[in-house]
Amino acid sequence: MVLIMSENEKKKKINRNNFLKIAWGAVAGLVALEIGGVTLAYMQPRLGDGEFGGMIEAGEVDTFPPGSVTQITEGRFYLSRLKDGGFLALYQRCTHLGCSVPWDQVQEKFICPCHNSQFTTVGDVINPPAPRALDLFPILIEDGIIKIDTSNPISRQNYDITQIVYA
Amino acid sequence: MKPEDTEEIPSSLFDRMRKTLAPSGIPTDRRGRMRMVVDTLILHIHPTKVNSRTLRFTYTWGLGGLSALLTVILVSTGVLLEMNYTPSPPDAYLDIINLTTNVWFGSLVRNLHHWSGNLLIVAAVLHLLRVFFTGGHRPPRELNWMLGVAMLLLVLGANFTGYLLPWDELAYWAITVGTSIISYVPLVGEWLNRLLLGGPEVGAATLLNFYALHISIIPVTVVLLMSYHFWRIRKDGGLTIPKKPGEELPKKMESVTTIPYLVRPELMFAIAWLAIMFFWAMLVPAPLEGIANPLVSPNPAKAPWYFMGLQELLLHFHPVIGAVLIPGLALTSLFLLPFYDVEIKTVGVYFRSQRGRYLAIISAGLSLLISPIWVLLDEYVIHWTMWLPSWPTWISNGLVPLSILLLGIFVLTGWIAKLSRASLEERVLVIFVYLFTALVVLTVIGIFFRGPGMELFWPWMMPGH
Ligand code: HEM
Ligand code: FES
Repeated sequence: MVLIMSENEKKKKINRNNFLKIAWGAVAGLVALEIGGVTLAYMQPRLGDGEFGGMIEAGEVDTFPPGSVTQITEGRFYLSRLKDGGFLALYQRCTHLGCSVPWDQVQEKFICPCHNSQFTTVGDVINPPAPRALDLFPILIEDGIIKIDTSNPISRQNYDITQIVYA
Repeated sequence: MKPEDTEEIPSSLFDRMRKTLAPSGIPTDRRGRMRMVVDTLILHIHPTKVNSRTLRFTYTWGLGGLSALLTVILVSTGVLLEMNYTPSPPDAYLDIINLTTNVWFGSLVRNLHHWSGNLLIVAAVLHLLRVFFTGGHRPPRELNWMLGVAMLLLVLGANFTGYLLPWDELAYWAITVGTSIISYVPLVGEWLNRLLLGGPEVGAATLLNFYALHISIIPVTVVLLMSYHFWRIRKDGGLTIPKKPGEELPKKMESVTTIPYLVRPELMFAIAWLAIMFFWAMLVPAPLEGIANPLVSPNPAKAPWYFMGLQELLLHFHPVIGAVLIPGLALTSLFLLPFYDVEIKTVGVYFRSQRGRYLAIISAGLSLLISPIWVLLDEYVIHWTMWLPSWPTWISNGLVPLSILLLGIFVLTGWIAKLSRASLEERVLVIFVYLFTALVVLTVIGIFFRGPGMELFWPWMMPGH
């Protein structure tokens, strides 16, 4: 009887030891995760209103004639108004390696100076190496005023009609 | 036994101070010199005695020492620059203008920092080559090799983050193009890129992020790793000992005291290079262009010169292959080199053997010939995406040419190895030399032969100069 008791006790002891080891390990892992998470969250992009990265007012709907492309420099995007009156906000950053893509009024397309990628008025690729269409910014139209949220460019493969925003 | 209490106390204040620092000057006997190494903190990085063969300059070329010296120059000039610099646009640029026009010796300090940073990359790469060619990566020195690769990456990181700080056109667009490569990493690329930039494109947040990396995180890590690197040299029994091909090392080898036989040439070397760096910095100004304009990209927009090889790959392969798979494979093989290139008999022999020397030359020559031809073919003749239109581009313009290239290199080096009856280690040497030469060729093409629109031009016919 005494013998069995001590055996049991031994087992208990080992278990307690193991338990403590596992508990300490878990706590250490948790702390590491927390620190990592806090650091990552802390590093997230910080944005301000009115400048690039925040909410930008482009102007009134009527100032943009249908079938026009207007550069909004402080927002780093082009407001493209399609023939049917719909809007797209195209981020000027080339999807190849990030150069700024100028609008060519004569040829009516965007031509990147860096590696000659070309895009249509809706941002679709006409000429590689750009792998996908120009990114979009979400458009909000309130009381005839067009506002663009530049905090988060939306990447897309191609243009499709669901992307158009109407007044 | 030193009769401590009978020693005289020096009469003058200065002599007493000197006696505390160096109790009896530099000793002239062997024992005394060895004691001094043990006693003096600054000499702790060296052992008391070294094998006299390892002192041969044409073995190490002092390249590790040069890298260390350049790091010291970088830290010293870096802390000076910091006092005349604000990490926020547009002040960053204006501060550099002010530094170079109004601050006493501002240009000198900036030029020293700039050229030392660039030379450090060259010195560290040459040091790596020296170590590889003499088999210094083999057991027991595996860990020090891996530390070295890590430090090389950090040095590249330091240069890259420093490149943005002047906030001129060159800086802005080189960093834009360079960081965009990151976004091609599958799954996490976009997220990683935004985290690094602190937003969707290079801006004020990026400058602050890079500043923090550049002046604290990277230098502190480099200095820690460097101390570990030096300590490992001692732990691994000193440097590898130079041998001629086929030579057997004698049982008993001559060793000499570190003071003065190692310390003296080290100091002379350091002083000579310091002089070179000062002249260089006085004569050649670091470039500075107009202030960064995020709205208009210059044409061409190139990455910094040390990433030009990578940029060239990107012009030939789908980005996932050219910017992620190929560099990833190359870095992994470099990092793990000591675990598959393990023959220890030839450690200390330059290029493994006499045959290895010929093979290295042949391999470099072949690569010098084939790499430019391949670039030209891919530029003007081969159009994978057109030939295989229904395939996804990462296969047609990625895996297909990559497999052909790898197979070609495998067959070519295998054939060379077979003809010359080379051993496995000599074949690894042949492949290494071939690939490294290709990297140099790609880098040179990227720097000197790529013009507007990233098209190929002769350097002397480059438009816009
Ligand atoms: C680890 C080695 C280092 C390397 C390879 C390196 C490299 C560079 C490079 C390439 C630049 C760009 C300079 C230019 O184009 O003008 C730069 C700038 C700068 N670095 Fe470093 N650096 C290093 C260490 C440091 C340290 C330790 C500090 C400060 C504690 C520092 C502070 C600065 C500052 C303030 C600038 C901006 C000044 C300017 O651009 O002229 N650096 N660095
Ligand atoms: S960055 Fe626009 S084509 Fe390369």
